[in-house]
Amino acid sequence: MIKKRWISLLVENEIGVLSRISGLFSGKSYNLNSLTVGTTEDTTISRMTISLTSDDQTFEQIKKQLNRSVEVIKVIDFTDTAIHMKELMFVRVNNCSNEDMATLTYMRDVFSAKMIDYDTTAVLFECVQTEDRNNDFIRLMQSTFPNRIEIVRGGSVAIEAISISNR
Amino acid sequence: MQITGAELFVKALLAEQVDTIFAYPGGQAIDLFNALYGVEEIKVVLPRHEQGLVHAADGYARSTGKVGVCLVTSGPGATNLVTGIATANYDSVPLVCFTGQVPTHLIGNDAFQEVDIVGITRSICKYAITVRKREDLASIIKKAFFIARSGKPGVVVVDLPKDIQQALGSDCYPDQVEVRGYKPNVNVHIGQIKKALALLKTARQPVFLIGGGVNIAHAQQEMTQLAEKTGIPVITTIMGKGALPTNHPLYVGNLGIHGSYAANTAISECDVLFSIGVRFNDRITGKVTEFAKKAAIIHVDIDPASISRNIVVDIPIVADAKNTIVALLEKTPNYDFADWKKQIDNWKTKYPLGNIYGAKSKVTPFSIVREINRVFEDAVITTDVGQNQLWTTQFLELTEKKQMLTSGGLGTMGYGLPAAIGAKIGNPDRDVIAICGDGGIQMNIQEMATAIVYELPIIICILNNGYLGNVRQWQEMFYKKRYSCTCLRYRKSCATFCNTPSASCPEYIPDFVRLAESYGAKAFRVQRPEDIKTTLEKAKGTKKVPTVIEFIIDPEENVLPIVPPGNSLSDMIMGGAGND
Repeated sequence: MIKKRWISLLVENEIGVLSRISGLFSGKSYNLNSLTVGTTEDTTISRMTISLTSDDQTFEQIKKQLNRSVEVIKVIDFTDTAIHMKELMFVRVNNCSNEDMATLTYMRDVFSAKMIDYDTTAVLFECVQTEDRNNDFIRLMQSTFPNRIEIVRGGSVAIEAISISNR
Repeated sequence: MQITGAELFVKALLAEQVDTIFAYPGGQAIDLFNALYGVEEIKVVLPRHEQGLVHAADGYARSTGKVGVCLVTSGPGATNLVTGIATANYDSVPLVCFTGQVPTHLIGNDAFQEVDIVGITRSICKYAITVRKREDLASIIKKAFFIARSGKPGVVVVDLPKDIQQALGSDCYPDQVEVRGYKPNVNVHIGQIKKALALLKTARQPVFLIGGGVNIAHAQQEMTQLAEKTGIPVITTIMGKGALPTNHPLYVGNLGIHGSYAANTAISECDVLFSIGVRFNDRITGKVTEFAKKAAIIHVDIDPASISRNIVVDIPIVADAKNTIVALLEKTPNYDFADWKKQIDNWKTKYPLGNIYGAKSKVTPFSIVREINRVFEDAVITTDVGQNQLWTTQFLELTEKKQMLTSGGLGTMGYGLPAAIGAKIGNPDRDVIAICGDGGIQMNIQEMATAIVYELPIIICILNNGYLGNVRQWQEMFYKKRYSCTCLRYRKSCATFCNTPSASCPEYIPDFVRLAESYGAKAFRVQRPEDIKTTLEKAKGTKKVPTVIEFIIDPEENVLPIVPPGNSLSDMIMGGAGND
């Protein structure tokens, strides 16, 4: 079945690892949606959160291929486990009228975004949400303020849940 | 004690029991060569081109079971290794390739002869790394050899910047190394063995399908015992050929797009397919949905990623081939598959491979390989790539004392001659024969000089049909005989379209006999069938210098049978007497 999947990857924190992992996806024609990487509590280890879309057989193969890379220490499949996952996104809206500002305030409240910067014509939101919620926010922004928004998003990071069972 | 990086490099090679390296110097490798100079325990072989170098190291590694070691300079020295690295890695050959690199402070500056060889080779090797700190050098070299030779063997590239080679540091070389992300699984899960044996119990028409993994694990003897104990017929891939002596009554043949009728039919008819050390590459499966359609499949492989990639299997066993075969030998009962074997034998008799090439009056690939089979007993045979390779894999007889080296995965033209050089250096007491085409031999013919200067009496058989024969065959069969760029007799004066080789065609360039002689080799041109055997015997008795034998074969001889692209294995073109 083709669906979206999540992998958390523990890798050696050495030069070239990101290239090795992303090269594996492109070289073998695996579909990669997003990839984030950062160091962990152990500075010799980096942790990647990867989202991809594939069928079951390809996904099994992807996990095996990742596992056989010398630089990969551990592959954790997050697809069907309880996790906390968030994505950081900045949205800037330009050329705002006073009326726009009022609309934006509603949007901010509904989407729990933070207004972190402002002048009389522009607003900057910080959204730390699930990827889906960020997508919804973008869709609304785009239809409301076409050609006036600027977006930077970071890709999701995820960690196993402790007591909370829904994602 | 403080020693330089280059001195530590030599110390590491000695600790890894490296007795031979294949090396070509250059500006960023001078320090390493300087440290090697006069070290008696390590023979440094200087080929004539880095591609020849890496294939020679590959031939050395395949024929000795040791790790092949390459040393080249930065930039072009390193990039010339690329094809050979991919060739070796594809066929799971253990190599450690050391490349010189510009000093660390110049990396990224587009310095003279700088390339990012680690970036270039990342997707074609098992592991690649640049040494950035002198204190990491020892552990990285240790790790390189460990990774290259363990698990599914492969190529490791170690990039050595010049300042690291020169820097002073500890002389300590570790005995062991721990790689937390790399834990090959060699042990057999007994539960899976039991499942496999339970499945065999229900079988009526089982076959073993044996790949290169069994040869890499040096499990030929055990495999033969297992076949004999179970009575199950054995089919091999070309990389698995020799896992069982080819004259063994249980040996069926190679499968695949140029496999034998009996092997391909048996695969299509079997009810249990017990595969060991294969990866179900497209050359052996034909149309995937039709492959072994009636069979339940057991698959043994040391690489989990090989399992259920191309063919979905029923019982996976992730383990070393030898350990698995030994475990099976212990636990398997005797079976009775006599009727099934009789059926396969009938197929073998009905469509033998050799009969297709029955001409008595001509020098044919079959007659050449048949005489090689008769003349040589204890030998390593290398092939190039193309028809010469396919004929060899079809007709060559292998025993415990004979080994075949071929570029099976990547299919690299130019492999045959340098691989033979490496094999002879590693096996001075065995006969080494390279079987090449007239196209492939020219891709690394400069290595004739290497064979001369190191006094290697290898025997180079050039099957000259004047064409890039394998592609020409496809053009003949599937592209309406449009011989686009496959004629090697072509001259500027020739017609644009030509598919009729004749006596009036331009002469072949080069004259291989005179070329070989100019290198100082012995050389013969064979055009009569009665000269095949005597010439091979002459070559066999030659000491210290290589012999080149150019066999003039029919320009349009084909490799048959062939499974056309997109067909199932059982749907093959057989050819017949018409080829004479």
